[in-house]
Amino acid sequence: MASSNDVVLLNFWASPFGERVEIALAEKGVHYDYKEEDWADKSSLLLQMNPVHKKLPVLIHHGKPICESNIIVQYIDETWQTEDPPLLPSDPYLKAQARFWADFVDNKVNFSAIWRTKGEEQERAKKEFIDLLKVLEEQLGEKPYLIGESFGYADIALIPFSCWFYAVEIIGKMNIEKECPKFIEWVKRCMERESVSKSLPDPHKIYEYVLELMKKLGN
Amino acid sequence: MGEVKLFRTWSSPFALRVVWALKLKGVEYETIYEDLANKSSSLLEYNPVHKKVPVLLHNGIPICESLVILEYIDETWNEGVRFLPKDPLARATARFWAKFNDEQVFPSFFRYFMRQGEDQEKAKEKVLENLKFVEEHLKGKKFFDGEVFGFLDLVFGWLVCYPGVINKAINLKLLDEQMFPNLCTWMEQFGDVPVIKETWPDEEALIHKFHKMREGLGIYIYTKLRYEAS
Repeated sequence: MASSNDVVLLNFWASPFGERVEIALAEKGVHYDYKEEDWADKSSLLLQMNPVHKKLPVLIHHGKPICESNIIVQYIDETWQTEDPPLLPSDPYLKAQARFWADFVDNKVNFSAIWRTKGEEQERAKKEFIDLLKVLEEQLGEKPYLIGESFGYADIALIPFSCWFYAVEIIGKMNIEKECPKFIEWVKRCMERESVSKSLPDPHKIYEYVLELMKKLGN
Repeated sequence: MGEVKLFRTWSSPFALRVVWALKLKGVEYETIYEDLANKSSSLLEYNPVHKKVPVLLHNGIPICESLVILEYIDETWNEGVRFLPKDPLARATARFWAKFNDEQVFPSFFRYFMRQGEDQEKAKEKVLENLKFVEEHLKGKKFFDGEVFGFLDLVFGWLVCYPGVINKAINLKLLDEQMFPNLCTWMEQFGDVPVIKETWPDEEALIHKFHKMREGLGIYIYTKLRYEAS
């Protein structure tokens, strides 16, 4: 078993992208060193390990960096194989589906407009967000998880955003469960997994963080 | 291995990478050309989320997003040539650079092509900055993945054709040998691979298309100037 400093995670506590990696590492039972990074003051290690994007998270394994959260999750799945089902399905078609939906999350899930804007713009942002969740609900259908019976890659890509819902509901004056009950059922199901509940920050802390962000924006 | 269809446009570099993948694997397939101004009901049925091409249809089941399709082809027709390396770190590196191409290099190149004046100069700086990272990544290698071409070469392959044709169309040069010796050498080598050489869209048709795309821009600029004058 690799010693914990063979695996290092550079992360920012509120980053949903970093949480994807934390969940994946927990699913595989990998021990690692966690290094908290400050956005405003990036460490020389971060700049060395991710010179192209200078972004978090970065996983460092045997001194080699792996960047981009979904890519890191795939790396974790391919490197540490356990008795549990892999995070990505073995069937090529289901694997493609998992990749498609993780990609969808990366490209479409962005609800910061809900706290950055007001009035009509905010209403538009709220509607877009709910429409997005409805697309995801349709993909879920009657399945327990996004791709099938097992919690996996696509669920990991999406679930970290759920701890921002409390902030979105307060600031946007919304009730997500009322609009998308199936989606919230899926959230609760994922939260029953220790890897998820231990990796995601307290939604109240995220709400305070969003308030700080809003103050900085002058909102 | 079942019936394969590819929904694509004739000119898209994202479609081409899928064409190359299918041909390199020796997969027989049918091509359905789409007109994006008038999307077929099949396309809307097979890609309801994004309504985009390319879409691969395998035994009636759709796979969307070109990078997802490439990995699907590699895993499904898995005897013989493999595009992605076996080692997890090498795979993660290949995926990282593929994402960099699709999210940074290609869009910045497109912006450079579609702008004018000072905006175009700024866009040029960005695309050159992106290409410098790619140039560095190619250092000491014949192809992106080493001695043999693979996944990343398919992803970056558009560089072999499109910048050159755009230069012919509107005299907009980008890659020069002094600044990008590794990229230029790679372009020659990858461009020489028979499957790549034989599948480029018709150059005249591409030049005509690029002119039309820029003309569309010209109309906007004229309107803006006219409004400002009054």
